[in-house]
Amino acid sequence: MASTVIPANQTLAPTPKLNYLNNGHTLKSWLLTTDHKRIALLYLISVTVFFFLGGFFAMLIRLELLTPQGDLMQADTYNKVFTMHGMIMVFFFLIPVVPAVLGNFLVPLMIGAKDLAFPRINLLSWYLYITAGTLFLHCMLTGGVDTGWTFYTPYSTVGSNTNVIEAGLAVFIAGFSSIFTGLNFIVTIHRMRAPGLTWDRLPLFIWANYATSLIMILGTPVIAITVVLVAVERLFHLGIFDPRLGGDPLLFQHLFWFYSHPAVYIMILPSMGVISELIACFARKRIFGYKFVALSSLAIAVFGFLVWAHHMFVAGISLYAAMIFSFLSFSVGVPSAVKVFNWTATLYKSSISYATPMLYAFGFIGLFTIGGLTGLMLATIGIDVHVTDTYFVVAHFHYVMVGGVLMGYLGGLHFWWPKISGRMYPESWAKLSALLVFVGFNLTFFPQFILGYVGMPRRYWQYPPEFQVLNVLSTAGSSVLAVGYLLPMIYLLWSLKYGPIAEANPWGAAGLEWQTTSPPPTFNFDETPVVTWEAYNYDEIPAPKQLEAPGAR
Amino acid sequence: MSKFLPLWPDQASTMASQVDALYIYLLLVSGVMTALIYIAVTVLAIKYRRVPGRDAQQIEGSTLLEITWSIVPLFVMMTFFIWGAVIYFQERTPPADATEVYVVAKQWMWKIEHMEGQREINQLHVPTGQNIKLIMTSQDVIHSFFVPAFRIKQDVLPGRYTTLWFKATQPGRYHLFCAEYCGTNHSGMGGDIVVMEPQDYAQWMAGGPSAPLQETGKQLFTQLGCATCHRFDVQGRGPNLTAVYNKPVLLEDGRTVIADENYVRESILNPTAKIVSGFKPVMPTFQGIVSDEQLNALVAYVKSLAQPPTGTAGLQNQPPTSPAQPQNTQVQ
Repeated sequence: MASTVIPANQTLAPTPKLNYLNNGHTLKSWLLTTDHKRIALLYLISVTVFFFLGGFFAMLIRLELLTPQGDLMQADTYNKVFTMHGMIMVFFFLIPVVPAVLGNFLVPLMIGAKDLAFPRINLLSWYLYITAGTLFLHCMLTGGVDTGWTFYTPYSTVGSNTNVIEAGLAVFIAGFSSIFTGLNFIVTIHRMRAPGLTWDRLPLFIWANYATSLIMILGTPVIAITVVLVAVERLFHLGIFDPRLGGDPLLFQHLFWFYSHPAVYIMILPSMGVISELIACFARKRIFGYKFVALSSLAIAVFGFLVWAHHMFVAGISLYAAMIFSFLSFSVGVPSAVKVFNWTATLYKSSISYATPMLYAFGFIGLFTIGGLTGLMLATIGIDVHVTDTYFVVAHFHYVMVGGVLMGYLGGLHFWWPKISGRMYPESWAKLSALLVFVGFNLTFFPQFILGYVGMPRRYWQYPPEFQVLNVLSTAGSSVLAVGYLLPMIYLLWSLKYGPIAEANPWGAAGLEWQTTSPPPTFNFDETPVVTWEAYNYDEIPAPKQLEAPGAR
Repeated sequence: MSKFLPLWPDQASTMASQVDALYIYLLLVSGVMTALIYIAVTVLAIKYRRVPGRDAQQIEGSTLLEITWSIVPLFVMMTFFIWGAVIYFQERTPPADATEVYVVAKQWMWKIEHMEGQREINQLHVPTGQNIKLIMTSQDVIHSFFVPAFRIKQDVLPGRYTTLWFKATQPGRYHLFCAEYCGTNHSGMGGDIVVMEPQDYAQWMAGGPSAPLQETGKQLFTQLGCATCHRFDVQGRGPNLTAVYNKPVLLEDGRTVIADENYVRESILNPTAKIVSGFKPVMPTFQGIVSDEQLNALVAYVKSLAQPPTGTAGLQNQPPTSPAQPQNTQVQ
């Protein structure tokens, strides 16, 4: 393995070699860049801003729910706060976070390409995202929106007198950002793989992003059309969803969930891809059942389009439609379970290091298992009737979307941080925060399963007093979770200046991205690599001497 | 249910114990699965921790294992599916002998109309041991009728009826929640389901007004001029409504529909949507003329027309529930 060893005492010019970070220092060189790695960093900064904004709203929700009375804010304010929390986290954080940050940075590097297929469209994606985000912030500051992130009609078309159209427009524009990213990934993965990098040699992260991209380009146009229809009904009173105008309110739910259920897989699939990379590296093994793990991503993407009406079991759909959608919903359970079993089996006869990214991978398996199994409970119609629209559902989707996606994202961010920044993060702080995230998460969301089964509906500003103890537990957990999320931001920023210089391949990891320098040069590889090995050839790569991050204190 | 830290909801309907039994089964299976995975990961992570001089052994995978851990969970999931579907089928199939209660939801209250004419707001009194079918609609946006102690929930939509049924088993006062977000006071749109012993219920019911819902409907039928076209003696310009409820109706375009509550309602609000074969689309819409409560009364009247109405007495469907009725056998 070629690795550039740089003396640690050089602080002013850490690497004499030109890399993507020091290749141009002006604002213009960042804002007009077509380098996928710089665009990934632009995304990293912007999704982080939205994450903490969404997190701020989450804390307001948890504070309001400390007491049964609605006493911290007005009911209308609370309704806007949970709507903002949901919309920001779904459309401006969870959907872009792994593909647009880690995917953008890694897809070309992992397949040995110089950049994505359409670098300018990639930049356009970010600008669309920022336009949508700015519009949403404007919407928020000029009164906000109170429809819930689901925009259910006819409340959103005739009931609400908030800025629904502006919020819808923001979602519409953000959707195009997502479509362009998906398109870029698909073309890049098809056309720009290094010589010898056949489909069955691709890293599982690439397979996961490929499956995600398919959902992005097939599903996102539907949500775009749907919010346009909401706007049309609001503006021109054209009867589409409002029965008083001759429309059908359930039509909206069908269209909305046709995208928004697969959107959950847009969020979770890339994180699953990250987990495969992490487990392979820190167990120093090829992923058990590589082909099945790769194909399960595609299976999830395909089946994900066939299950949307499981959000509508009590909405007024026919008895038999409900049964068919229940049956189909279980079909997504199989490929998801296959992944978990294969990750677990990979640990057998492996050589495991407990570095921070691996802790996040363990955390992912732990939280996703609970999220997935409670998903099966929700697919079981007799149970869903009782717990849908309660905190049981809230807990379930946070286990999958936050427990799953964020564990994968943070694990991946730590794993590739040396590649992204050229610096190592402080290992003991990182371990502490991984532990805080896992404990805080369970303390926040596990009580909500009980709360939901006991009967507390979601989106409640005030609640009967007997639900208070569980709500207090949840709020207490959320403060631990908040610390767990704030810590990485602090020490990762710290590491940019004070972290030990990273080698090209500090983890002894397989994958083409580790064969170039840390950070990589603008065009990634000095020479196009030629691949003659299978993915995860850990038997051919020596493990790093230290068990954990080199230079960690 | 503990008022300090409730871990399990009250069981107050025949459905509650069934849903709980399935839930316990799911908890057990999920608990075992979670434990297996947690233990496997923990044991493997400790046993195969990195020690100098011991390398990982590369294992490609095993198709047999992959098939096993796809098929076995699938079979287990199918038990979830079938059991859940059986319960759901019951929840969605109201018994024929159910007493009907009309529910109108609006931002932010529940308006209840009993067939006997008794009206309530944010409260529903029901006797134990009797099947109750709610016929629900909304005046504005979507709401959802949720009674955790009964383990039932049904969205309530504007512009159509949805139904829900239950049989209460335990006297008491239980939460009624709106479970579909409906605007400012969504969390305040609740109330109580008051379950009473049949004799207490009869006493409560006797204290209210005595004009049954179908009587109100009959008066409206005359007042709004419906009777001039929908005649019971000779063929009028509209179909004779005698005994049409829940029967198939042949439409002008050749389709056949069942004249259920939703069809009667649609025919009042949007008469030209489904024209009965042999009739002209001459009926004006009553959208905006009749309120949801009046609609309910009209629907109740049409449903009561098993035979042509005679004289002034009209035809009553069933007398109000009395404790003497045989279906009032107490469960449990």
